[in-house]
Amino acid sequence: MNEKRKIRVATCSLAGCFGCHMSLLDIDEKLFDLLGVIEFDRTPFTDIKHCGPCDIGIVEGGVSNAENVHVLKEFRENCKVLVAIGACAITGGVPALRNNIDLWDCFQEVYLYEGGLEGNQIPNDPELPLPFDKVYPIYEVVKVDYFLPGCPPSADTIWKFLTDLIEGREPKLDYEMLHYD
Amino acid sequence: MGALVMSKAITIDGKSVSFIDGQTIMDAALAAGVYIPHLCHNPEFEPHGNCKLCIVSVNGRNMTACTMPAAEDMVVASDTPELDSDRQALVQMLFVEGNHICPACEASGNCQLQAAAYYLKMLSPHFMHFYPPREVDASHPDIFLDLNRCILCELCVRASREVDGKNVFGISGRGIGTHLVVNAASGRLGDTNFAVTDKAAQVCPTGAILIKRQGYKIPIGQRTFDHKKISEVQMEPAKRTEPEHE
Repeated sequence: MNEKRKIRVATCSLAGCFGCHMSLLDIDEKLFDLLGVIEFDRTPFTDIKHCGPCDIGIVEGGVSNAENVHVLKEFRENCKVLVAIGACAITGGVPALRNNIDLWDCFQEVYLYEGGLEGNQIPNDPELPLPFDKVYPIYEVVKVDYFLPGCPPSADTIWKFLTDLIEGREPKLDYEMLHYD
Repeated sequence: MGALVMSKAITIDGKSVSFIDGQTIMDAALAAGVYIPHLCHNPEFEPHGNCKLCIVSVNGRNMTACTMPAAEDMVVASDTPELDSDRQALVQMLFVEGNHICPACEASGNCQLQAAAYYLKMLSPHFMHFYPPREVDASHPDIFLDLNRCILCELCVRASREVDGKNVFGISGRGIGTHLVVNAASGRLGDTNFAVTDKAAQVCPTGAILIKRQGYKIPIGQRTFDHKKISEVQMEPAKRTEPEHE
């Protein structure tokens, strides 16, 4: 038997829109090739709740609340290689548009003043994670090994990046694969 | 002696580049088709040397190519990993000092800051983000002024002064407090004589000065730098001066 151990991969979306995950799924039939060499740990695809020891962790989205930090630290502690995927993980992205708006003003605008809401109140359940004053890129919270920009990076870009990484090459993107939008 | 006229020359990355007196290293390089990365420089205006992206090594000393007059026998290095690394750090600093959220910007794909970052293979802004509080001025009927995206290249300042003869823009403050100001008692663009046909409305390298109602007429993915490097675009001077606004 020459069966190689499969590369264990975890993914998550913090303050993101799951667009990067959708783009990963967009590699379509190549998913079968991918699943020949990797297996998933914690990810929205498996619904595993906590990240165990992994080779690669892929994080979408920025850090906008306390839960994001817990998840991100769990990923950093368990993943040998941590990848920031997409504009939000790398710069804060669209959620960071709120960074210059006072958090209280944001809450009032969304939950008190916005029309169409019944019994207007600001959610305050202890289950809800504490929101931060700003949205931060993940590299400002933990060390990040690789960055894969794009909003989202295209399926081809993700495929190129992952195959490079899995096959032990330094990931390299051609000019047209490097995008911030 | 024969009538042989020896033109003066400098060397850029081992290539002999001729120049005439009064030309900068950048002028000579552009004329000879040698690309030196640049952002605040536009050959149509007086050079300013403020973005420092055109940093080159001249006889072992770092200088800005756009402001340094060419002189005979200069040995210039430009295309080196060290200088590109410095240039990338400069671009990264520009990204974190403003609020450059590309997915939410109309200029994405046409933005020279972004294109310079693509050219320099910037994968992340690396530094801590400032997320500075900056204003958006939508008071003008035809033009947005979004200071979140201003990189203080002063091209609008120069264009308004040198071409439009209006002095609509200026720079105020010092150090990290340096910012673009509008020449009106109210400080609002709508209270100036700025017009959409002004040269200053066409030269912004980022999305700080945006012409209204253009938006996403050209979709993302079909824009200037989506398929062409900034080096190619900046070496086509005839094309880049065509006004984009009808």
